[in-house]
Amino acid sequence: MAKVTFIGFSGGANTVEVPVGTTLMRAATDNGVAGIDGDCGGNCACATCHVYVAPEWWERVGARNRTEEGMLNAVDDLRGTSRLACQITLTDALDGLVVSLPEAQH
Amino acid sequence: MKSIDSLEVAEIRTAAQVRAAALPLEELNPADPQGFVDDTVGYVFERLRREDPVHRSHSPIPGIDTYWSVTRYRDIMQVDTSHDIYSSEGGITLMDFPPGDEQKLPMFIAMDPPKHDEQRKAVGPIVASANLNNWQDLIRERTGKVLDSLPRDETFNWVDKVSIELTTYMLATLFDFPPEDRRLLTHWSDMATSNKLTNPDAPDPEVRMAELHKMLEYFTRLWNERINAPPRSDLVSMLAHGPATRNMGPAEYMGNLVLLIVGGNDTTRNSMTGGLLALHENPEEMAKLRANPALVESLVPEIIRWQTPLAYMRRSALVDTELGGKQIRKGDKLAMWYLSGNRDESAIPEPNRFIVDRERPRQHLSFGFGIHRCVGNRLAELQLKILWEEILRRFEVIEVVGEPTRIRSAFVRGFSHLPVRIPG
Repeated sequence: MAKVTFIGFSGGANTVEVPVGTTLMRAATDNGVAGIDGDCGGNCACATCHVYVAPEWWERVGARNRTEEGMLNAVDDLRGTSRLACQITLTDALDGLVVSLPEAQH
Repeated sequence: MKSIDSLEVAEIRTAAQVRAAALPLEELNPADPQGFVDDTVGYVFERLRREDPVHRSHSPIPGIDTYWSVTRYRDIMQVDTSHDIYSSEGGITLMDFPPGDEQKLPMFIAMDPPKHDEQRKAVGPIVASANLNNWQDLIRERTGKVLDSLPRDETFNWVDKVSIELTTYMLATLFDFPPEDRRLLTHWSDMATSNKLTNPDAPDPEVRMAELHKMLEYFTRLWNERINAPPRSDLVSMLAHGPATRNMGPAEYMGNLVLLIVGGNDTTRNSMTGGLLALHENPEEMAKLRANPALVESLVPEIIRWQTPLAYMRRSALVDTELGGKQIRKGDKLAMWYLSGNRDESAIPEPNRFIVDRERPRQHLSFGFGIHRCVGNRLAELQLKILWEEILRRFEVIEVVGEPTRIRSAFVRGFSHLPVRIPG
């Protein structure tokens, strides 16, 4: 299992625990975390699961892929630490991961 | 008691169902606008999804000719998200024009990266969340006013008095367009989507282009006012000052205006009408909604799925490729039939039912997926949400008192008339 903490745009943390191998998007939608819609079901095609990875986790989470770059190009609050949650698969190494949510998704 | 009207409709539907089942597969042509006027194209899609989900379709309309019909949710998702294989540069509708014909308008929805991304970014901020919050109160106030002014105990056209009025007013606000002239936006939107080849009642192409030039003239005045003023947060000012759009030529300005006017107008307009009709046809769902108005949250995406106000988007293959077991040749055009994908039982449970408390209502194709996904989707949802909240607060019932009149188009799936009556 892996624990993940989602911090909402106006504060408030929500920690959930999911099996290793789950995507970060599913971890949110399966646990009713507000602000992650996942409209495309994890196809990297809607950018409704945009998150900011906490800086101390950035290296371990890894880089964006090309399709993801294309989708993130269209969000209105892009930052250096932006990722799409559907493109991050939770592993033992990511147990304890902390991400926060942009204003557009609240 | 059934009116004669609805008996006729039932006969037309049965005939269409029989026909869709009896025709040889190769003769099925979902782009036939008649299937949209009668609302019977669903029978064609049902068969295609089952028997030939990526279908070589032929239209007798010159300029459309041969195209691929992509009818399953997953294949549509694949095409929509593979912009390096399936290009938007050939245009977003099936109609082809001879090279150089000014009817083919350049607009960012019909561009590939990087130009698409740059131009889209110029207008994206207007529908960003910060702006939506600012507009919430304005939309609510306006919606309330429109609803309060509706006639009582008298039949009127919901399309005109509510759907067009609200969406056109919103559009005028986005452009900071003189509100007293706002019905011009409706007129230009209708002109832009009209097509003589698919609808004999539509204006001639010369008349259509002359009207669009009037639009360009009007908007050029606004552009010139705003280019000489500090940047503001309206669409014209954003285009005039945006680095990727400020040097657009007249054709490109016209094209992007058409995109924003049609995209921000025709779509939400038809969801406003389609939602009322769907709830009228499903009284048990209306009862659920009245018992629990918080269901507006899932009602809105369900309306958008159900209506699918743009029935398809076109792509053109950039290379030879394979899709659903079919060989697609470089240059072939494809219609991603969102309307069909939104009824695909392999992706959406009980897709032919309108369910206000559906479990995953947002997983529909109506906004498209990938880099061209509808830029105004959140604003569209907000307008629909407020409309339904305000309706539920005011009216115990809105009676639909006759059959809707549907638009003769396989692209814009919508209504010109829906007779309703509000008792009181």
